[in-house]
Amino acid sequence: MSQVSITVNGKVCTENVEPRMLLVHFLREQLNLTGTHVGCDTSQCGACTVLIDGRSAKACTIFSVQADGLDVTTIEGLANEGQLHPMQNGFWEEHGLQCGYCTTGMIMSAVNLLDDNPNPTEQEIREGIEGNFCRCTGYQHIVNAIQHAADKR
Amino acid sequence: MASFPVLPKLVGERVKRREDPRLIQGLGTYVDDVKVVGMKHLAFKRSDIAHGRVCSVDTNAAEAIDGVEAVFTGAQISEMLDPMPIGTPFPSPDHRAVTPDVVRYVGEPVAVVVACDRYVARDAADAIHVEYEELAAVVDPEEAMKGSPAVIHEGFPNNHAVGPFPSGTGVDAHGNADDTAIDKAFADAEVVVSQRMVNQRLAPTSIEPRGVVAHYEPGKESMTIWSSTQNPHILRTFIAQMTGLGQHQVRAIAPEVGGGFGSKINIYGEEYVAAAVSKRLGIPVKWIEDRSEAFLATIHGRDILAYVDIAAKRDGLVLGLKMNLVADIGAYNMLLTAAIPTLTQAMASATYAFPAIRATLTEVFTNKPPTDAYRGAGRPEAIYFVERAMDILACELKMDPAELRRKNFIQPEQFPFTTQMGSIYDSGDYEKVLDRALEKANWDELKSERDAAKAEGRFVGLGLSMYVEVCGIGPSSSLPTGGWEHSQVTIERDGRISATTGASPHGQGNETTFAQMLADQFGIPMDHITIHHGDTNVVKQGIGTFGSRSQAVGGAALHLAGGKVKSKMAKFAAALMEADEQDLIFENGMIAVKGAPSAGAKPFAEVAAFAYRPTRLPDGVDPGLSEEAFFEPTNNTYPFGCHIAMLEIDRDTGEPILLKLVAVDDAGNLINPLIVEGQIHGGLAQGIGQAMIEEVVYSKADGQPLTASFMDYALPRATDFPRFELDNTVTPTPINPLGAKGVGEAGTIGSTPCIVSAAVDALSGCGVRHIDMMLRPEKLWRIIQGAGG
Repeated sequence: MSQVSITVNGKVCTENVEPRMLLVHFLREQLNLTGTHVGCDTSQCGACTVLIDGRSAKACTIFSVQADGLDVTTIEGLANEGQLHPMQNGFWEEHGLQCGYCTTGMIMSAVNLLDDNPNPTEQEIREGIEGNFCRCTGYQHIVNAIQHAADKR
Repeated sequence: MASFPVLPKLVGERVKRREDPRLIQGLGTYVDDVKVVGMKHLAFKRSDIAHGRVCSVDTNAAEAIDGVEAVFTGAQISEMLDPMPIGTPFPSPDHRAVTPDVVRYVGEPVAVVVACDRYVARDAADAIHVEYEELAAVVDPEEAMKGSPAVIHEGFPNNHAVGPFPSGTGVDAHGNADDTAIDKAFADAEVVVSQRMVNQRLAPTSIEPRGVVAHYEPGKESMTIWSSTQNPHILRTFIAQMTGLGQHQVRAIAPEVGGGFGSKINIYGEEYVAAAVSKRLGIPVKWIEDRSEAFLATIHGRDILAYVDIAAKRDGLVLGLKMNLVADIGAYNMLLTAAIPTLTQAMASATYAFPAIRATLTEVFTNKPPTDAYRGAGRPEAIYFVERAMDILACELKMDPAELRRKNFIQPEQFPFTTQMGSIYDSGDYEKVLDRALEKANWDELKSERDAAKAEGRFVGLGLSMYVEVCGIGPSSSLPTGGWEHSQVTIERDGRISATTGASPHGQGNETTFAQMLADQFGIPMDHITIHHGDTNVVKQGIGTFGSRSQAVGGAALHLAGGKVKSKMAKFAAALMEADEQDLIFENGMIAVKGAPSAGAKPFAEVAAFAYRPTRLPDGVDPGLSEEAFFEPTNNTYPFGCHIAMLEIDRDTGEPILLKLVAVDDAGNLINPLIVEGQIHGGLAQGIGQAMIEEVVYSKADGQPLTASFMDYALPRATDFPRFELDNTVTPTPINPLGAKGVGEAGTIGSTPCIVSAAVDALSGCGVRHIDMMLRPEKLWRIIQGAGG
């Protein structure tokens, strides 16, 4: 067992973990932050996307021991005192989700996308979320949701 | 006097979803989020060969691992569980949840581990050593039909699971075929085109894999089972049957379900094993499927090939259609496996009044995972074969594909129309939807654009397809589970409404659409209404969500239950208001007398409270406001539409780029056009995925899966699509009181053939008239090269 200290959604979490424990399982199993989902085992689907030190990352590609000392934001940390993040609002307003499973990772990727490029074109949005699979929406309403969030920023 | 402002009507409006606030904050509870105190984790040891006899299963090393609670081999599980039930009437070989003797596809379970966490469970599964006597495997259905090199099940010679059996013109109820009419059609033909086509195997791939938590409580002698399922009530029925419990002892819960697309209709071996192991050990257990495991362990879809012949006059009038279907169903029958290709047969008439049709179906076992329902389930295959054949005919006749179709449509005045296949289409106006699509796409302009591009030496093509499909699946005679749906509507003491539906959603937004309907029915705000679903202890009865039936069957049941409780409430209101119950209207949170809105009107909540403490009970009325209804449809509904695609193929790489996709659909009356749009988009993405990039591939030599992860199976990404262009026409169905037909599968049905037709059109100068899916660039590049670049 190794001790890790990871700041998650602004709170320092110190836990003993198996060295092989993935960050996504640390979040889900140790911290009960189940909003971060697992959709594959080859780092393709992006359902587990979180922000690590402000950058989007797939939480299944990193061991929790590698995240020691880093700052992680999950979907649960996105809303601010009950106020939805503009990206969350965009997804709600534009029907950017159906089953909701890919949604949390998709939102985290999209947050990073707009941080990098506040006024993306449709093509830039589509390229920006290429690392996230959605099987329900055909992506069109997701693109609209991200455009909505970009407009409101 | 109104306690609420004027409330807008919500049915037909683009109301944003009520499900979303919890989902966009990560507050939904999916099955992997369910934790029960003392819960252990399961992992399955799966076969890594496609066909073989299990000689020995050594579990010693696995059992020695710290944290392993138990290991069960197939033989041990088979003592706990009978062969798995199926929902079709066809003869079927025994199918064990964990095989005790023979493995018949890569991924078939051989043993199961119970351990303290998922990591240890996986370690232990990997530590199990299985010795096999390997047998020859067969993955090509046409080879399998010859009975060599392998016969997969005793008692099923030549690997024939079903058939061959004929249907269509001249076939009686016993399956005896009189070929006079179809033979005459071909004898009278001036043109016959014939084509072999493959509708390839696909992986449904909900982003949430499957999963189950089973918790047997010995003290209560009851089982609670959470599962990522489309139909908790069917799950309850089968879990009870398989574990020896009564249905009253089983509570099935579909929590938040992360997509299904048909793959979560089936009740799977892992669910039975979890239930049986929990009951045996008296502890809660969880199993969550890995993605790579999902490619092996969850049903696949499609995988059917057809020899299609179409006979016509030179003017385009079709005289007859022959379709010889071979369905590769994989190694076993699952819940609906054998029934899916029969839907392909049943829809062979498509949108056309062909005078003679003969569709013959053979279903074949191969050493691959079983197929079952995948979005569209049999209908996309039918429409693909017919529409591609129509396109080949159009090319042969040098006719515009739209005009060929127009010439053969069933006409609006012919509905209800009994097809040659025996289906009764409820309502339709195919020419209207075709015209709307041609107009929306600017068909003539697109043709000019294509011609101009071709003149420049570019490979640009256009494709068009019509479709009709089967939704609102019922009645009970057509489904082993029953074809009805159930709902209970309760007006609570405070005037709020709790309603249940057996249509258990997994992304369809029923909490929103059903609340819209009740809000209008009762004239109260939508946020005064809660729709409960997915828990068999709360939702008394139900069938489930598949076959685009939520609205057409589930919505209809809700409407009927609402109507019943409204009638009862009117009696209480009439007593309170000293009015005639027939004269009452429910709107803006009030119950008022028609034409005299302020005279003695009562707040909805006050009447509700009175019904629960009726100091003057109206004659013949019991206290309380809670009514239930079953809705049994008399028939399916038949939505339809027209899709148009424009596509360009890169001359140098063969890569196809979809430039334009226009979809005009008619699903009858729409409750929430925003949600309908989302359903169509999602269906289009899956239909386009099939046409262009998705394919489950097996090695012919040894039956190994070559597409068993997202590294190899191409799931569409956001960059794979243009912006879809949608429109609709509205032809209500007479089958249910809502006039709604269903829309979940439409997108997968119309889009696929029009894209392939567009690719063929793009390469028309290369001497090609058909290309099998998917449109792999290499395949297209070779066609271009073969024609001299």
